[in-house]
Amino acid sequence: MAKKITQKTKTEMPCRDAGERSRSFDEVALGYTIDMAVAEANRCIECKNEPCIAGCPVGIDIPTFICQVAAGDFQAAWQTLSADNLLPAICGRVCPQEEQCECKCTLGRKFDPVAIGRLERFVADHAASQGWQVGGTIAPPSGRAVAVVGSGPAGLTAAADLARLGHKVTIFEALHKPGGVLVYGIPEFRLPKTIVSREVQALEQLGVEIKTNHVIGRTFTVDDLFDELRYDAVFIGTGAGLPHFPKIPGVNLIGVYSANEYLTRSNLMKAYRFPESDTPMIRARNVAVIGGGNTAMDSVRTAKRLGADHAYLVYRRSRDEMPARHEEIEHAEEEGIELLLLAAPIEIVGDAESRVRVLRCERMALGDPDASGRRSPVPIPGSAFDLEVEVVVFAVGQGANPLISGTTPDLPVNKWGNIVADDATGATQKRGVFAGGDIVTGGATVISAMGAGRRAAQAIHAFLTAPAAAPDTPIGV
Amino acid sequence: MYPVLENELLSQDVHRLWIEAPHVARKRKPGQFVIIRVGEEGERIPLTIADVDTARGAIALIVQGVGKSTRELNLVPAGGTVLDVAGPLGRPTHIEPGAHVCCVGGGIGAAVVYPIACGVKASGGRVTAILGGRTKDLVLLEREMRAVADACHVTTDDGSAGAKGLVTDALSAIIAEGVRIDEVVAVGPVPMMRAVCELTRPLGLKTTVSLNPVMVDGTGMCGGCRVLIGGQQKFVCVDGPEFDGHLVDFGELSARLRAYRSQEAESLTHYCASH
Ligand SMILES: Cc1cc2nc3c(=O)[nH]c(=O)nc-3n(C[C@H](O)[C@H](O)[C@H](O)COP(=O)(O)OP(=O)(O)OC[C@H]3O[C@@H](n4cnc5c(N)ncnc54)[C@H](O)[C@@H]3O)c2cc1C
Ligand SMILES: Cc1cc2nc3c(=O)[nH]c(=O)nc-3n(C[C@H](O)[C@H](O)[C@H](O)COP(=O)(O)OP(=O)(O)OC[C@H]3O[C@@H](n4cnc5c(N)ncnc54)[C@H](O)[C@@H]3O)c2cc1C
Ligand code: SF4
Ligand code: SF4
Ligand code: FES
Repeated sequence: MAKKITQKTKTEMPCRDAGERSRSFDEVALGYTIDMAVAEANRCIECKNEPCIAGCPVGIDIPTFICQVAAGDFQAAWQTLSADNLLPAICGRVCPQEEQCECKCTLGRKFDPVAIGRLERFVADHAASQGWQVGGTIAPPSGRAVAVVGSGPAGLTAAADLARLGHKVTIFEALHKPGGVLVYGIPEFRLPKTIVSREVQALEQLGVEIKTNHVIGRTFTVDDLFDELRYDAVFIGTGAGLPHFPKIPGVNLIGVYSANEYLTRSNLMKAYRFPESDTPMIRARNVAVIGGGNTAMDSVRTAKRLGADHAYLVYRRSRDEMPARHEEIEHAEEEGIELLLLAAPIEIVGDAESRVRVLRCERMALGDPDASGRRSPVPIPGSAFDLEVEVVVFAVGQGANPLISGTTPDLPVNKWGNIVADDATGATQKRGVFAGGDIVTGGATVISAMGAGRRAAQAIHAFLTAPAAAPDTPIGV
Repeated sequence: MYPVLENELLSQDVHRLWIEAPHVARKRKPGQFVIIRVGEEGERIPLTIADVDTARGAIALIVQGVGKSTRELNLVPAGGTVLDVAGPLGRPTHIEPGAHVCCVGGGIGAAVVYPIACGVKASGGRVTAILGGRTKDLVLLEREMRAVADACHVTTDDGSAGAKGLVTDALSAIIAEGVRIDEVVAVGPVPMMRAVCELTRPLGLKTTVSLNPVMVDGTGMCGGCRVLIGGQQKFVCVDGPEFDGHLVDFGELSARLRAYRSQEAESLTHYCASH
């Protein structure tokens, strides 16, 4: 414990050069070498009270795996990590560590915290390069079957845990590729898709069947899953997939996209390789993205990579309030993204062909803190200004998709359309139906969706193995 | 992989494909569509389910080869496969039992009104059909439509089949005869749907149209298919594809359909050059 701290800052992770990467979809951050990982792991002072673990939504045994890295026993580190986290290569890359595990790190009080995420990524990538399998065993078949709806992090985690517990699991996914936001939303340069498909393959090795092109609510309703297809329980992890557009003039002009559409065209449909791939998107010289979260950041960095000379990020508060990960904001600025802070769009003006020409904005000032504790933006009268752009992308939050709630009348939703489910178990008010991830919480994080999937898997297992004990009256909430 | 069971040429550039997709065949209702991807680099193409064969677990699509993706699909022979078939998508047609429905199909729109006509007949209603095209070869599904409809009128711009004129001329004539029609369902090119709506609006005759904006996912996730309906933003893939034609902002729809015109041309040139 009384270890002397010799290195006060995090071991740097090498990145591709900003000039080169701003035109390429290759991954930006390159990951630690063995030496870097061992050096960084040695910074951990192995606190007895393990504050970092409490910061991780799935409670990874952080000190143990880091200690194993420090000792050079990467295989043991992999066993520790993979026992708690199904998708460490993904979390190590995209978790907002500065608000989760790393913000609780003892070292962080005086120096940089230990780079937990980077170490997690290192261990996972190293394990993949060595072909090491996931730790844990598979229970004998239980004879019970579970349908998992949606293959984002919540669904993937629930499916893996249930399969390990011996249940027959089928994932129903609406799109043609499994992975949810991990494949259609987060771009290749931040999360290579080979990593997602690697994790999906691991799931198939556990015996999980994945049925793509199945839209629940249309192909089958939730009731069909029970009555026709004879599943014993259903987990719903359909994400927060309904894009919002602001009510300003011009939102239906050609060149106005939701971030979902912009990113789906580029990531899932590979429009950045058009015409080698068939799906087009408008490649503009001047692009404005509205919003300040990860989705906005991913969109504006994509715009730059698609060849924009000017890629603007328009955000109505100041930099301190931006919800995006700090590392991503820094990367974006290095790549030449132009931040227009304290500004908000008021109108989009088109030409005779209905194509976007101008985004009209006004300047904002920060007023008193609102309900969320953040200072709310107030328009400054007479401050309107024009940006000449051909594409406008809105990344201003999303709602709940109504396909399932609209066809499952006995599944209560709240006023935003999110499914009402118990936080600890994922149980909904419909018997045998559990839910978790963004469809319950609204847009959150990969790791919190995984945590919800894991808790629901435990509750589903309890429900399936003690059917007599399962109440007839609604469980949960 | 979904097997293509049959591929029949109906007229120039228009094919009927029967594709085995039991998960879709089982549940589909009139008015619904699927999204097809031919191969790994392929676009997601929305296509109406024109017919269903539950015994074979197959659906029929009637595809007009207008650009790269639809031409490529039309080239998949019987015995071949397509990579993805997602669906059924969209809300089924609302069919009032026993109603007299006038089904107006312009060009490829016949593929959309034909299953609706079948649905109307199945619920005990009456169907008057109007099929139109620029010329004889572009009047689709006439034989099939005659087999279900109580009456079937054909119009062509050049008079090469049926009456010379537009579908709206035939519709005006039917209305003028004083036949009581409960609803008009019109599907075809945007200008045709708009003209039908302008004709029926002053008469207060309920008119339903099926819209075909550019789509990506078809599940309500991207918002690319948005249209203004009575001033409200709607997503055609989940809220439609059918809407009250008198509320549709057709001007905006046709503008948005031109969004990728130059890229579509580029894609086709690229495809032709490599084939
Ligand atoms: C662009 C972007 C960047 C992000 N960056 C980060 C980040 O850096 N770090 C981070 O922690 N979080 C990030 N997030 C948030 C994170 O991705 C989400 O919180 C997380 O993916 C939610 O997981 P989920 O499993 O609940 O749903 P999703 O990942 O949304 O997956 C839901 C799946 O269900 C499918 N589906 C939906 N409806 C149906 C239906 N009716 N039938 C069948 N299937 C259906 C969908 O097609 C989808 O595949 C980002 C989000 C976006 C959009
Ligand atoms: C609900 C719905 C049902 C449809 N049913 C049929 C049908 O039964 N038979 C049929 O032949 N066609 C149908 N279409 C139209 C068909 O989807 C398009 O013709 C096809 O996507 C064009 O692709 P392409 O690459 O061959 O042509 P492109 O060269 O890409 O485009 C040609 C035309 O198709 C439109 N288009 C392009 N991409 C899309 C897209 N992703 N979604 C919709 N339209 C697009 C363009 O605006 C353009 O006018 C339907 C469309 C929708 C939305
Ligand atoms: S999963 Fe995320 S929060 Fe948990 S330790 Fe890893 S990086 Fe930190
Ligand atoms: S809090 Fe930081 S230093 Fe302490 S055990 Fe966790 S990672 Fe190591
Ligand atoms: S096609 Fe994406 S929302 Fe309709």
